[in-house]
Parts: sequence; structure tokens; C-alpha cells
Amino acid sequence: MSLTHLQRLEAESIHIMREVVAEAERPVMLYSVGKDSSVMLHLAAKAFYPSRPPFPLLHVDTTWKFKAMYEMRDRMSKEIGADLLVYKNPEALAQNINPFDHGSSLHTDIWKTQGLKQALDHYGFDVAFGGARRDEEKSRAKERIFSFRNAAHRWDPKDQRPELWRLYNARKHKGESIRVFPISNWTELDIWQYIHLENIPIVPLYFSAPRPVVNRDGTLIMVDDERMRLNPGETPEVKSVRFRTLGCYPLTGAVESTAETLPQIIQEMLLTSTSERQGRKIDHDQAASMEKKKQEGYF
Amino acid sequence: MAHQDALIAQDIDAYLKVHETKSMLRFLTCGSVDDGKSTLIGRLLYDSKMIFEDQLAALESDSKTVGTQGGAIDFALLVDGLAAEREQGITIDVAYRFFSTEKRKFIVADTPGHEQYTRNMVTGASTADAAIILIDARKGVLTQTRRHSYLVKLLGIRHVILAINKMDLVNWSRETFDKILADYRVFAEKIGITTFTAIPMSALNGDNILDRSAHTPWYDGPTLMGLLEVLPVEDDLAAKPFRMPVQWVNRPNLDFRGFSGLVATGTVKRGDQIRALPSARTSTVERIVTKDGDLEQAVAGQSITITLKDEIDISRGDVIVCANAPAQVADQFETTIVWMDDQPMLPGRALLMKLGARTVGASITEPKYKVNVNTMEHVAAKRLELNEIGVCNVSLDTPVAFEAYTESRDLGGFILIDRFTNRTAGAGMIHFALRRSENIHWQALEVSKAARASLKRQSPAVLWFTGLSGAGKSTIANLVEKKLHSLGRHTYLLDGDNVRHGLNRDLGFTDEDRVENIRRVAEVSRLMAEAGLIVLVSFISPFRAERRMARTRVGDEDFIEIHIDTPLAVAESRDVKGLYKKARAGQLKNFTGIDSPYETPEAPELRIDTTDLSPEEAAEQICAYLQSRGSHA
Repeated sequence: MSLTHLQRLEAESIHIMREVVAEAERPVMLYSVGKDSSVMLHLAAKAFYPSRPPFPLLHVDTTWKFKAMYEMRDRMSKEIGADLLVYKNPEALAQNINPFDHGSSLHTDIWKTQGLKQALDHYGFDVAFGGARRDEEKSRAKERIFSFRNAAHRWDPKDQRPELWRLYNARKHKGESIRVFPISNWTELDIWQYIHLENIPIVPLYFSAPRPVVNRDGTLIMVDDERMRLNPGETPEVKSVRFRTLGCYPLTGAVESTAETLPQIIQEMLLTSTSERQGRKIDHDQAASMEKKKQEGYF
Repeated sequence: MAHQDALIAQDIDAYLKVHETKSMLRFLTCGSVDDGKSTLIGRLLYDSKMIFEDQLAALESDSKTVGTQGGAIDFALLVDGLAAEREQGITIDVAYRFFSTEKRKFIVADTPGHEQYTRNMVTGASTADAAIILIDARKGVLTQTRRHSYLVKLLGIRHVILAINKMDLVNWSRETFDKILADYRVFAEKIGITTFTAIPMSALNGDNILDRSAHTPWYDGPTLMGLLEVLPVEDDLAAKPFRMPVQWVNRPNLDFRGFSGLVATGTVKRGDQIRALPSARTSTVERIVTKDGDLEQAVAGQSITITLKDEIDISRGDVIVCANAPAQVADQFETTIVWMDDQPMLPGRALLMKLGARTVGASITEPKYKVNVNTMEHVAAKRLELNEIGVCNVSLDTPVAFEAYTESRDLGGFILIDRFTNRTAGAGMIHFALRRSENIHWQALEVSKAARASLKRQSPAVLWFTGLSGAGKSTIANLVEKKLHSLGRHTYLLDGDNVRHGLNRDLGFTDEDRVENIRRVAEVSRLMAEAGLIVLVSFISPFRAERRMARTRVGDEDFIEIHIDTPLAVAESRDVKGLYKKARAGQLKNFTGIDSPYETPEAPELRIDTTDLSPEEAAEQICAYLQSRGSHA
């Protein structure tokens, strides 16, 4: 009996989670309600069964997420039987930081980056699970599974511990903390396949549906609640759209789509990129060399 | 890709079905950029993976501006912007990349670093099933080829692929290919690589990567991708005896007690007889529990939870093994160590070893030899520096279950952790257990330490005076001993200089010798404390690690660390023995505070600042502390 790639990835992620729970004093799982978080939660339920996941979920809330995300968050934490901690940066709350008045980077920094640090200090968590994957971008490719932060939450890329075999060194001094990425070795396709295979609930926003949107410089922004500021003369129109990633609704672009099922989403993801690639290839002046390669049977 | 695209469009469910049953292969690429390594990886990613539009756009524009292929797509750029990383000062070490075909998902460990090559390659190799060793066809087998091959063999990678690249630049010459193959075979056999597959290729042009090249009609072996897709993956692990390190004891309620772990080797079935190590207690597997339902059996690579018929004591770090072929248990091993820390490995220093799910105290002996990774020569060594590899004995403070590394990576591979910095300082592979320790049994003594001490009506203690040369340690220790003696306490003063005239006369002042110096004194002071004495130790003892070791040997309750804290300038101005003068003049090497470090104690029981204190006042303070502690009451 040989294991499939998804079985191996699952076993590896579970192993990582158990190492953390065995070695950390106060672990927490960062829960962003997105698809990667959904997979992490599912894996956590498996890793400790029949026990409930022995750590709380932490949602660093910006107050600007989609309504559907809040519904999902409350439902899933109840189903999984984990404590849900919601942290909202009190300074951001007091100053009413929002994407419209303060811009996306300030909004994100104060609510999310500062909020996360505050939350970890506030609750005294020493290890936090995150859902980052190595395939997301080049610089992530060499990120460790156990990533260290000093007492000021800073990451020193020059001082990363080598990770060999299945051995993770989780020792740290007081005040230091570790971010652990159990799904480091999963790709986006692995995530979608696993969601499909395991029937993992995800936020409905990933599926296409008629939704009210406005077009801002080519980006479709959904009008999710009455706080959305419309430009003069701007009226939302209903389009069949879905979201490939989820965040604060005024900062998250929708794509026009008809994908209403998981296989259709996966199909769309795969075809968009391949057709894009093929479309672009012809544009360029090395068409001749490509032609030669095609003759030789490469593509 | 073409037919895959068609399947995605026509029948996504069928496509998903195919991809759900894929296997996974992890491999390592060895070679430098000059060999075309990045080009090869870029080519594999490009030819097999769906590359997203943003990545492609970046690749095309980068190829034009910084590419090396005259504006054509430079596949190497897909892999990384090494230059950019260097500019940002980011350590270039191990990067992991992913691609997949219909049959397999692949994880590529790419180790581009040159400076830290050994550390990085060993890290990447530790999880790899296969290794691609690149050779530039124009250059043949080089020193680096030998180094890569040695490390691949050392880390136990089973499948070796010799990618003889840039064949287009030697006119696809079969003679060249055969010559390289023959050269390599001679070398490979010498280091124990018995099988490998050599493929003539051009990563740049894609020859023999995905499809057979028209240029090599004389080659009838597989293409690179063809081979990668069929190499057996961890198939041998399931056939070995069952072993599972226990990561976590699962106790949701009083009725359930499960042991969670990842099966390292073998197969476990319901009803199997098992043994827990090191306790050697036996029981029977009752259930194999997963959230998706109980399993009849589980195999190597699966994360499971098992329950047993009997209530036996098992905790994290124990290993559950099949009863009929249990693993060995030992506390001393011969190993190969790869040192990964900037601080050198000094024999005798106290470290932590993590093996499976167990972390134990460990110390390493002087290397038997170190290996020159370029020539495979054995070289005599006193220590291991960063990126050096040596064969050393390791001694643990408690016995552990293990396997030879060649039998099991999970039970034979370990990391070494620095107790102070918590860094992963080294990695090692177990060869075999040393029998020595098993044959020397601890003699249980009937008269105890407490009994001996009570005869003297005192509590034994070790007062460990540490500080710079000339700080006043010996003067103060002398006064303290006089006071204790006058109170009727039975004491003994171990003085650094005096001990160096006898017990430690064979030791010098190198870091290695300082470690051994303190180890011996710690042992002697422990024996004296066992005898019921109050021991005063007056040693510079400059390193935290050794003071920690002494504390561990003596026991925390009896160990009193006293830092005689005199600023260097003050100690130097006193210079009672004239040593600072000599050291400053360069006549005395490795002098603490001058050209050898003193690591200030972080949490001594007592810190005596002698700047404004006379030795008598300092001795008073120490006696008052002992009084308050009841140590000599």
C-alpha cells in the first residue's frame, strides 16, 4: 500500500501540529477563515482526534471582512469545538482606521500586523500556526516550517535554524516565539484537491454567484455592506463573480466567473493560467525558437 | 501538457480523479549555477507545472533585462533571483520548489549556496528520496561532483541520477558521455554508490528532459522526467519492522488513552503484539484510531493514534515497536556529525540531542577523525568547525531507542541543540551503539550522601567561584573556607592553579582543554559533595556551557554559583601574578579577557562586586548567604 501525495502531505502536517502541541507552552492557531485556514482547521481536527484541538483559534479581526466570513468563522469554531478568540486592535478601533480614509497599507498594517503582535503578547502565546505555503512566492520557498521571532516579533532571515528530517527544534528563550507553517509543502492545487476530496466547508464567496459590485480601476469590488463608499455617480451592478482570495472586502477584487462547484473552480484556476501562458508566449519575438521546440514535441 | 489541458477542459472530474492518486517524490539537485542547475529546475517547473501569468510576465521581462540567453527565456530566472537575494543580504540556503505531472507531485530541494554548501546540502538531502547530480559534459567529474556524491551517500539517498548536462556543447558525443560515465563509476563504487542512472541532456534546450532527444539515438535509457516518475518512493519502509515514536499522549477523557505518532517504518495491525521502549513493557494493539474511522492496519508514513489493551506507562519520546523484532536501546553511539554552528563543536560540552520525539542531554567525544569532503580523506581533529563532518562518539544522559541511520532516517538521524542559544548546532547519523556503557554497571552504594553528611552535621554544597583571572576568587574562597572551618565545617578548596599541577597537568588553555579541565573538576567536586563535604571551587571557568554542565553534574540543590565580578580593568591593574602583562605582550595565548572570552553568568546564586568590597567583606557576604540558605547549618 503506497500513500498518495495528499496522504503524505496530510500526515506531515499532522506530525508538525502534534510536535507543536507537545513542545509549546501556549500554542494558538491563526484563523483567517480563508481556504488555507479551512484546511488547517480540518487537519487539526484530525491530528488530535478524539481530543479536540488543544489550542484556541485566534482571528485578528479588521472589522472589514466580508459578512460571509464572519458567519463561517463562528460556525466552524463551534463545529470543531475550539475556543475562538477575536482580537481587534483597540487603537485601530478608537481611531476608526479604515481602507477608505487611511489607504490599504496603513489599514492592513495597523489592524493586521500590529493587531497580531498585540494579540500574541496579550494572550501570551508562544507558538502560532499560520497557513502560509512555500509555493505562494519565490521568497517563501525557503521559509522554514518553524520560523523564529525574537521578543520584538522580528524575523532574522540570517539566523534560521536548519530543518533536517522530521526534526523540528522548538526550543526558545522566554519572550521569543515561533510561527509554524504546517502546510508549507502544499501547493494551491493540493489545497483545492484536498478540499474537494475531504468535503471541507469553505466560505461561499469562493463560488460564483450574482453579487453587487463596482468597478474600480479594473478591479471589481463587492458592496458587502452600507459602509462601502460609492464615488459620485457610481452605482453597483450585479455580476456573476467569485473570489480567489479573501480579505477585507473593500480591498479584495472579485473575478467574473460561472464556477459554481469545486471542480469548476479548479478547472477555472488551471485553465486561466495555462491559457494566459499560451497567449503570452506568441506575443514575443522568440516565436521562432518556440516554434522549433514545438516541432521537437515539447508543448 | 496539451492532453492535460484537454482533459481539464473536457472532463475536470476525470482529471481530478487522476490527480488524487498521484504519489510524491522528494528530490535534491546538486550542482552550481554553472552546471545549469537553475536552468534544469526552471525547465522542469516550466515544462510540467502550470505557471501563472504574473510569474511568466516576470520571467519574460527578466529574461530580456538580466537573462543570459540573449533575450530568450532564461529558465534559471524562474528558480530565483540569486543576485537580488544577495543584495538584500538574505541567507541563501535551502529553497523548496514544487511541480507535478499526472503521475507524481515533486518537491525539489534546491541548495544554491556556495559558502554554506555542506550544511545546506545536508539539510536538503535529509528528506530527499532521490538526488540529481549535475555534471557539465565539457568538464566531466570534478571535485564538487565527488563532494556532492559523498554527501548524497552519507545522507542515505537511495536513487542517484547523474545528469550529464550541456551535451549540446560537446556535439552530443557518445564518447564523452561514456568517458564521464566510466570515470564516475570508478569513484561511485569507492564510496559505496552501487547503482545510479546517467542521462545525457541539455537542460537549456530540453533534450531528454521530458521527451527523448533526437540528438542521442545511441542512448536508450529513460528521460529525466520519465525516470523521476517511476523511481520507487519509500517502498522499502513498509517492509521493515514496525516503529513509531510517540509524539503525544492523547487523553480526551478517562476512558481513552491513545498514543499519537507518525509510523516511521513497518506496518501495524490491530491485535499486533508491541513493546514500548525504553521500558520494554509489552501489550497488544487494541485500535488504530483516526477521525475517518478505525483502521485495520497502518503503514510507514501515516500519522495515527493507537490504543493498547493494557495500561502501560508510555510517554512522549518513547518508541512503540513490534514485540518480535524490537529496536535496540543504548546511551552511547558511534556517529557521523555534521557541524552547523558558527561556534565550533568542542568535545565534552553539554548539548541536547533530539532523536525522534525525544530530547536528551548529550555530549560528544573528540572526533576520531574528520572527513575532507573534497578528497574523502580522514584528517585528525580536536574539534569540528562550521560545515565540517567528523566521526565522533556521543554519550547521552539517558538511554534511547534507536536504529542505525542506514535502517531508518527517523530513528537514526538526530539534531544537536545548543543549550544556551537554542540553535540547531549540528546533525548526526547513528552508526551503532557502543557496548561499553552496558558493561559498566552502576554500583549501588549502601551508605548514602545524606548519611555521610549527617555524620558531619552539615549539608554538602559546591561553592563555584567564577570570574576573571585576578578577580579575587582564590583570596575570597580562602577566607570563606577559614570561616567555615572555624565553625566546625568540613570543607575542601579546589583551586584552579593547584589542580593544574596534578590532575589536570596534561591540559593546556585551548577551548577544548578548558572544557575538559572543568569537566574533571566538576566530577571531582561532585564526588566530594557525595562524601558530605562543602567544596569550594575556585576556577576562572569562562564558559557558561561548562558551568551549566558542572551544575547538572552536581545537582541544582547543592550547586551555588558565585560570580566574583571584578571589571577587567580592575583585575588587570591588580595583576598579582603578572599574567595580564604577559598576555598583553602576546607572550601568553588564550588568556581569558584578553584573547579568550569570559561569558558572564546570567543567573548566579550570588554576585560579588569587588570594586568597593574588601575580600573580608566579600567572604562575610558569602557566609551570610550560606547561613540564610541553611547550607552549613
